Amino acid sequence: MAAVVNGPTTLARRGGFPADVSTVAERALRSVLRDPEVTIPAMIIPVFMYIMTVGALNDFAESIPGLDYKAFQLPVAVLFAVTGISRAITVVTDIQSGYFDRLVISPVNRLALLLGLMIADFALVVALTVPVVIMGVIAGVSWETGVPGILVFMFLSGLWGLIFTGFPYAIALKTGNPAAVNISFLLFFPFLFMTSLFVPQEAMTGWLAAVADYNPVTYLLAALRSLISEGWEPLTLLKGIAAVLGVGIVSIGLALAALKGRATRK
Amino acid sequence: MANLRENNNAISTRGLVREFGEVRAVDGIDLDVRQGEVYGFLGPNGAGKTTVIRMLITLLAPTAGEINVAGHDVVREPQEVRLRIGAALQDAALDSKQTGLELLRLQGKLYGLSGKEIERRIGELSSLVDIGEAMNRLISTYSGGMKRRLDLAAALIHNPEVLFLDEPTTGLDPISRARIWQEVREINAELGVTIFLTTQYLEEADALAHRVGIIDRGVLAAQGTPADLKRARGSDLIVAKLDGDVEAAMEAVRSIQSVAHVEAHGQELTVSVANGAALIITVALALDQRGIGVQELTLRTPTLDDVFLQVTGGRLQEGATATAEISDGSAPPDAIAETSD
Repeated sequence: MAAVVNGPTTLARRGGFPADVSTVAERALRSVLRDPEVTIPAMIIPVFMYIMTVGALNDFAESIPGLDYKAFQLPVAVLFAVTGISRAITVVTDIQSGYFDRLVISPVNRLALLLGLMIADFALVVALTVPVVIMGVIAGVSWETGVPGILVFMFLSGLWGLIFTGFPYAIALKTGNPAAVNISFLLFFPFLFMTSLFVPQEAMTGWLAAVADYNPVTYLLAALRSLISEGWEPLTLLKGIAAVLGVGIVSIGLALAALKGRATRK
Repeated sequence: MANLRENNNAISTRGLVREFGEVRAVDGIDLDVRQGEVYGFLGPNGAGKTTVIRMLITLLAPTAGEINVAGHDVVREPQEVRLRIGAALQDAALDSKQTGLELLRLQGKLYGLSGKEIERRIGELSSLVDIGEAMNRLISTYSGGMKRRLDLAAALIHNPEVLFLDEPTTGLDPISRARIWQEVREINAELGVTIFLTTQYLEEADALAHRVGIIDRGVLAAQGTPADLKRARGSDLIVAKLDGDVEAAMEAVRSIQSVAHVEAHGQELTVSVANGAALIITVALALDQRGIGVQELTLRTPTLDDVFLQVTGGRLQEGATATAEISDGSAPPDAIAETSD
């Protein structure tokens, strides 16, 4: 067998950061549509929680003067819908199957490997806010800020969902272990339950009130509730956005560090 | 590094070392793979094959040493290397929730190809890899052979200059294995792609590779064309499976004129001779005269497995732990073998 002397010339070139992100996001969005088992529970659970909570506590809670409990609980339902939804398990599957190695030995930008997934997640979680908003309208909730307020409500909820994905991605990239990824769900409980989940912050007492003061979700809920019940409250909105971004610095920072560790040759 | 860049080889390494904690998995390997060559990299599980290939394709940093692939330094210019290489690693690395077509298009985009280029390459690779209508089905429905061929197509979508195949036929049935062999030959002969192929199958390296390298315990134990390596092993081998005293059998055979080399591996005696047909009866008589029982006596030409046995002291495919001593002294110290003058 004689060796061939004239070899091929590669067609490959760097696609550029936006093209890389778009390519990774396209694949992730395609897989979202093929994973209904991920999205269907995320649509059902918040509706169930909303109906149960409002049904059980509405009369009691509305003994607090001026509280519209259906409106008060709607931001809770939307956070249940968007928190913890990510493609992190897909990352684990890619690592275990060797497909992640295939991505890493391509000239794709490393950051795009994570950002592309997060863009798909953002699209998904914003979409998941739609049934909650519809449910609210059916329940008789009206937004003081109108349609623009609804859009901001959906965006801010989606931003929180996106920011929270940093935790499962960090664990997925660090460990490559599906069981470990589920640990990220443990963060869901302190974030969502140690806050003004059932009653207004002013009505909370004891240690839970103190903890809620330091829980960023408290400020996010306040911002979302203000869009429904109070109108445009710039300071409340800014606090909510700042709280989300503060969590984002930690979660996205952890995810980026894990990505660097996974994609860097050691 | 300039010397490696200038030698015009597709792959060159010098003093390549990789350590994992206390373990030195790769221990000072010097490799030169010429452009357009199929290079077979042989070794048993754990010998260091996959560690070497992962360093060559930029997945793993070397602890020490230099690597040049497709004209670029792997450590300092990994992105330049990535543009020029394709790789199909162990266990077809595919996303089972995409169709074959979607996966190839995605792969093309990751390598910056335009839509037209991607469609043209998919057309070219479809005929080469022969996936046919299955391209529109989810990969989860593919057979092992189809996944391997798609994996190969994905590695080739950007027309790489150097293709790395890490045990491409492990776990495949004989028909699928033959198909992959044919495809590898075509990729090399028709497209001119340099191929670096790791394998546990000696017949695979024998059938596909222009040259082979044998790695054992992280060290490159031998390198050359399959024909040269086999020729160096001797022209004919007489193999006797013994029932009796091995030491006595070695003594008996060693006394025969024209015997170049005698080795014992367990109860198996291997005798290297220039003309096996003329000497096999003499060997049989010599053993019989000493009263040594022989279960089986065969005459054959050397295979790469014999080369492997000679340079590493163990057989690759049978998993035997036999040891041997050879004339260049590279064998383990506990060997029981002698060379007759």
